[in-house]
Amino acid sequence: MGVILEMENICKQFPGVLANDCICFSVKEGEVHALLGENGAGKSTLMNILCGLYKPTSGEIRLEGETVRFNSARDAMERGIGMVHQHFMLIPTMTVTENCLIGDKEGSSIKLDRKEAGRRLKELAERYGMEIDPDAIVGTLSVGEMQRVEIIKALFRGAKILILDEPTAVLTPQEARALFKMIRALTDNQFTVIFISHKLDEVKEISDRVTVLRLGTVVGTYDIDQCSVEELARLMVGRDIHFDAVTRQQPVGDTLLEVNNLSLHREKSNEGKLLEDLTFEVHKGEILGIAGVDGNGQAELVECLTGIRSASSGEALYQGKDLLKLSTRDIMSNDVSHIPQDRQKTGLVMPMTLVENFALQDYYKKDFGKGALMNWIGVEERSAKLIQDFSVKTPSPYELAQNLSGGNQQKVVVAREISRQPKLLIAMHPTRGLDVGAVEYIHNQLIDQRDKGVGIVLVSTEMEEIMRLSDRIIVLYEGRAMGCVRPSETTVEEMGLMMGGRTLDDIRKGSIKETSVEEKMM
Amino acid sequence: MDLLQTIGGYLFTDIRMAAPVLLAGLGLLLMNWSGLLNIGAEGIMLIAALSAVAGSHYFGSVWLGLLLAMLAGAIFGLLFAVLTVTLRANQTVVGAALNILGLSLSTTLNRVLFGIETTVTKVDAFKVLEIPLLSKIPVIGRAFFAQMPIVYIAFLLVPVIHYFLFKTKPGLNLRSVGENPRVADTLGINVYRTQYLATIVGSTIVAAGGAFLSTGLLDFFAEDMVAGRGYIALAAVIFGKYKPAGIMVAAMIFMAGNVVSNVLQVAGIGIPYTFLTMIPYILTIIALTIFASRAVAPASLGKPYKRG
Ligand SMILES: Nc1ncnc2c1ncn2[C@@H]1O[C@H](COP(=O)(O)OP(=O)(O)OP(=O)(O)O)[C@@H](O)[C@H]1O
Ligand SMILES: [Mg+2]
Repeated sequence: MGVILEMENICKQFPGVLANDCICFSVKEGEVHALLGENGAGKSTLMNILCGLYKPTSGEIRLEGETVRFNSARDAMERGIGMVHQHFMLIPTMTVTENCLIGDKEGSSIKLDRKEAGRRLKELAERYGMEIDPDAIVGTLSVGEMQRVEIIKALFRGAKILILDEPTAVLTPQEARALFKMIRALTDNQFTVIFISHKLDEVKEISDRVTVLRLGTVVGTYDIDQCSVEELARLMVGRDIHFDAVTRQQPVGDTLLEVNNLSLHREKSNEGKLLEDLTFEVHKGEILGIAGVDGNGQAELVECLTGIRSASSGEALYQGKDLLKLSTRDIMSNDVSHIPQDRQKTGLVMPMTLVENFALQDYYKKDFGKGALMNWIGVEERSAKLIQDFSVKTPSPYELAQNLSGGNQQKVVVAREISRQPKLLIAMHPTRGLDVGAVEYIHNQLIDQRDKGVGIVLVSTEMEEIMRLSDRIIVLYEGRAMGCVRPSETTVEEMGLMMGGRTLDDIRKGSIKETSVEEKMM
Repeated sequence: MDLLQTIGGYLFTDIRMAAPVLLAGLGLLLMNWSGLLNIGAEGIMLIAALSAVAGSHYFGSVWLGLLLAMLAGAIFGLLFAVLTVTLRANQTVVGAALNILGLSLSTTLNRVLFGIETTVTKVDAFKVLEIPLLSKIPVIGRAFFAQMPIVYIAFLLVPVIHYFLFKTKPGLNLRSVGENPRVADTLGINVYRTQYLATIVGSTIVAAGGAFLSTGLLDFFAEDMVAGRGYIALAAVIFGKYKPAGIMVAAMIFMAGNVVSNVLQVAGIGIPYTFLTMIPYILTIIALTIFASRAVAPASLGKPYKRG
């Protein structure tokens, strides 16, 4: 395996931030090379430089020994470098084929040959063990499918070096496994993959070598066989990370939220329900985990509880009121906080500054100003404190949200919602895209809140997170609750079966012989 | 037979009246699909209307007048692109400025060139081009095949632009810029160049619509003669769901209001003339309030794009 790509002394200066500081990085042909680093370490920036989207302030890129200069993504693509971005780069209103054909240079320069392109796409997909419908409208696809489209799109355009920026952050474990299979199939065919992830065991599993970045500089490049997961974490964060067992001091309190027979129909009622007869309670000082494969009603449940969507029937009693009948503003002003699933779409206003984003939820309250006038000085002080407490990496509180790294955007949302001192916290994927250090911090924050008596609804697809934090776990499957268990009284296998659609009663009757989770999940 | 004759006549007028709105709508469509919201069609059409008359007057050819009008449109388009794409000024504000500029510039130039007289300067205008045989088809023959050349061009542009937008690679690239310029950028499309091209070409098409007002429908320039057709074209794009054929239908429906108002005026049924001329505008407002929410605009319409 020869060296195919070298990046030498790459620096990238953003206003106020030196995102890449003299980075040297080399990749061998046919390997999976992982790129590790804290949120804001400069991984995405380095890859954006490699794929021609950003111009480096200084430094040089060599492909197969030849110095190259990329002025646009097209230049990089022509040299066989394709990137799947951290946040999908797809146009939802267009079909898969159309998305792949945008900017395409091959064949006729005028005629758009959808049929031929569709055929080629299918062929490519089959060769690397993927399934894809070229005529599907991208907006209707699941996240896992969109990911596949992104990869196919890169291959279609002739990528030989494929950059995957946090491809697994939004995938279910099953989808992630399918992705790994795909990556294997690619590297077997002389493709080279650069893989970014915060999930260290994934990195350990899939990659051959790993380069660790910290604060824009390279810590080192290592053979994966020589590093344990713990060592990787230490290299990345610069200290040891502990995920101790969670202890609890006081017992849970009174009932805070009581959900009864919550149902949500689809637009056409004959197509089954999105949520069916959900009944559960959340107590003060308790974390209720909602587990399940993504897309089994979690998002709908949260939307109903936060007033974004109106439920078809049922009630959700909280402080003597029915949340299902209140507007979002009313719910939020009654000490409910919400960490939404998509930080870029619903969590933040991307072209606004952090100060403004921090004020979004409560701008109308007394603390934030008098009458119609905002007290910006006060808001700024508040923001500065949150930025420090949650160690958000930003040059100033007046940086635009869109200029922050993905993980730091997430921290801003979490900081805003927790700082409102809620009584009920509805958190959906609160640690998605965060590095291990930040995950540890957010977990401690959630535990802190719980100890203060806050009731927390924690929606997560990360089995470990759910098992570690929750006091009780409800598993959702196709909008129905498969059962409610305590983490100490269940096993990963049992959870897996429930996530696959078996009810707890059914499993515990023991009528079925043991099946491994993995098989069940595939 | 008489009734059919009359209907044929109405259709003839409707198609003729719709042509300028259709042209303006198609030009706007190209800009919209590149993500630019240009409300300055009215101004572009005005300056084009004057340029067409001036060109026809000085060069003695209506076609050269059209060329001059399109040139003026291109310059307005270029101005819009420089301000909104390169300098990222607010698109609505710049569009409004174009309207004011078009109105005042055309008025001033008109007075400078032709003087402030009560008699207007008449110029060479487009002539009807009858298509042999086809124009003899009863009832609809004249409506479809005895029009001025620009009318044919306007309606031929409908399939041409449709084909361009939805069946060609440059069309796909253009739409991707309007939907999400960042995605287009990652795929190697020069977003700024695409927007410049779309604006300039789009503005020349809008200008052709303006030229037809003064050298097709009429044969002279009158101050503020566009009379809101630029705004109706904006509405037609939305009503037509950002598709060429939709815009064509919208333009015909809106301008049918014009025909109705003319008919009622002639019939003399006692409604004051000023109310009758409001019909096409009222029709536009009604159509928009009913259909605007269902239109699917390009996702990044009106949002300036800044490269990282
Ligand atoms: N377009 C930009 N303008 C200004 N600053 C930027 C821009 N893009 C990134 N930065 C800054 O550069 C630094 C590195 O960001 P980058 O996105 O590369 O981090 P990352 O390693 O990918 O982090 P994460 O794991 O959170 O995605 C951050 O501090 C970020 O604020
Ligand atoms: Mg990143």
